[in-house]
Amino acid sequence: MKAVCWHGANDVRVDNVPDPTILNPRDAILKVTATTICGSDLHIYDGYIPSMQPGDIIGHEFMGEIVETGREVRKLKKGDRVVVSSIIGCGQCHYCAHQQWSLCDNSNPGGALQEPIFGYSTGGIFGYSHLFGGYAGAQAEYVRIPFADHGCVKIPDGMTDEQALPISDAFPTGYMGADMCDIKPGDVVAVWGCGPVGLFAIRSAYLLGAEKVIGIDRFPERLAMAKVQCGAEVINYEEIDAGEALKEMTGGRGPDACIDAVGLEAHGTGLMGLYDEVKQSVRLETDRPHILRQMIVACRKGGVISVMGVYSGFIDKLPMGAAFNKGLTFKMGQMHGQRYMPKLIDHVLKGDIDPAFAFSHHMPLTEAKQAYEMFKHKTDKCIKVLLRP
Amino acid sequence: METESDKTINSSEQPPVTDTEKWASIVGGSAMVLFGLQKRSLRGILTAIAGGGLAYHGATADKSITDKVSDAVGLNKALKVEKTVTINRPVEELYNYWHDFENLPTFMKHVKSVTVSEGGKRSHWVANAPLGQEVEWDAEVIKDEPNRLIAWASLEGADVDNSGFVRFTPAPGDRGTEVKVVMEYEIAGGRLTAALAKLFGEEPEQQVGDELRRFKQLMEAGEIATTEGQPRCHG
Ligand SMILES: [Zn+2]
Ligand SMILES: [Zn+2]
Repeated sequence: MKAVCWHGANDVRVDNVPDPTILNPRDAILKVTATTICGSDLHIYDGYIPSMQPGDIIGHEFMGEIVETGREVRKLKKGDRVVVSSIIGCGQCHYCAHQQWSLCDNSNPGGALQEPIFGYSTGGIFGYSHLFGGYAGAQAEYVRIPFADHGCVKIPDGMTDEQALPISDAFPTGYMGADMCDIKPGDVVAVWGCGPVGLFAIRSAYLLGAEKVIGIDRFPERLAMAKVQCGAEVINYEEIDAGEALKEMTGGRGPDACIDAVGLEAHGTGLMGLYDEVKQSVRLETDRPHILRQMIVACRKGGVISVMGVYSGFIDKLPMGAAFNKGLTFKMGQMHGQRYMPKLIDHVLKGDIDPAFAFSHHMPLTEAKQAYEMFKHKTDKCIKVLLRP
Repeated sequence: METESDKTINSSEQPPVTDTEKWASIVGGSAMVLFGLQKRSLRGILTAIAGGGLAYHGATADKSITDKVSDAVGLNKALKVEKTVTINRPVEELYNYWHDFENLPTFMKHVKSVTVSEGGKRSHWVANAPLGQEVEWDAEVIKDEPNRLIAWASLEGADVDNSGFVRFTPAPGDRGTEVKVVMEYEIAGGRLTAALAKLFGEEPEQQVGDELRRFKQLMEAGEIATTEGQPRCHG
């Protein structure tokens, strides 16, 4: 089959590889009908995610049709059309049982690699480095789904691929970002990053009852989407100081909750931005915490910092004094897809949201390299690319 | 209670274990076992707990002069490993699975086979060693407390002198069972930790950790997570 393989930083190729097979009793094989590039795939593309190996198949946001099931698969059968959580969860451990699927104890065969860095291992993720299990990814014609009964959610009739695909990763990630904000009536939520996850976070914050959502980015087309499609007020941080603007837009209080939908590659401005860029480029710092710093200072006293953008390593110069003295609450983590997906499908069926709005481009999987370049550099007003194997 | 094995330990070069009950409480309690074992032989302690009566060479044999010298310069330090994992299953289920030693190769990757005889008391172990070699030993259950503890030790003539115990304790809340494994390895007749490291992987500590991780996966999820055999690009 054809699959997108990572060969090094800025080097992905569509290679011919063997088809996947059932390896464990609870596996299923999925024929991928649509897949896409997530913002966090760009961290892999740019070489910031440790423990990638040349030849790894990447991609973790996808959907398709079940073509084969292992003998212990109960709920799925051949021919089922499903969307699949990017996070793999066993369904039986303490964390899965408590709906914290990305913290699964049993789905990461590379868990021992994480322990020295994280203390404990987390769940596996498709196509997301050996730290997260080394599972073959889904930018491919076929993909093996471990613990398929839990990861796959059937797509109701009448729902299009474009509507279902974001429910694999971008939509639940944005939704969890908003869910962690503990939104109450009257709350104002600020979202840093108006890429697909940020846009879904904005829509989700409204779904969860936010009074006002403010989107912060630097690309005009993304800000336009945040405003027109998602109803956010917007700030272009290259034009004005985001911190000051937020204060003015919130009656001097500051946002009640701040969502980071960018993560380790945040594009900073000014002195601290330069500092991070230099440290990151010589690998003294693996993540750029510019946005985190800004969020901590901008957030109202007693507010919530919700981190959905991916961080993988170390950061420094976090304003801990501000966070402590302002009594902020930090919530973060890889999303718990299995917990949110059925709810999100309901929202789509009820017409609360049409996730298809996120796709600006459709391309064949064979043009993955071009798609990565376009998505990375935001050329041709690219928001998100749907890839067809 | 003064037993045969108590006397043995008291007569060795190591600090005396004057109170068998003390060690029993350490094994049973939540204190880090290895901390208490740094200077003592696990085998000797297990034998003491078992109340003696069985002939375990490591605990009973007099040490030769060379062994005493290597002890003194730290060459002959046995390799001790302690690891604990919490498994979201009832104590009985975990104890029963482990108690059938023939199940163990399912999650102990380096163990090729275990054959049980004498109603489960004795077992013959075959393990993979580097360069396609195999090592074998016979082991005996020293102590078996249903749903609580299984302790074992290899018998005279083992390629790899080893002893250890696995302990099952109900975890607080609805978290299942805490499973603790403590093991001690020594190469028969000899010497170096490095040789053991070769046999049991770069880091025996991690190997035991990996085994427990796989045991947990098997007991909770019903299968051991793997990516072996999945497609990738070699070009
Ligand atoms: Zn993603
Ligand atoms: Zn789990």
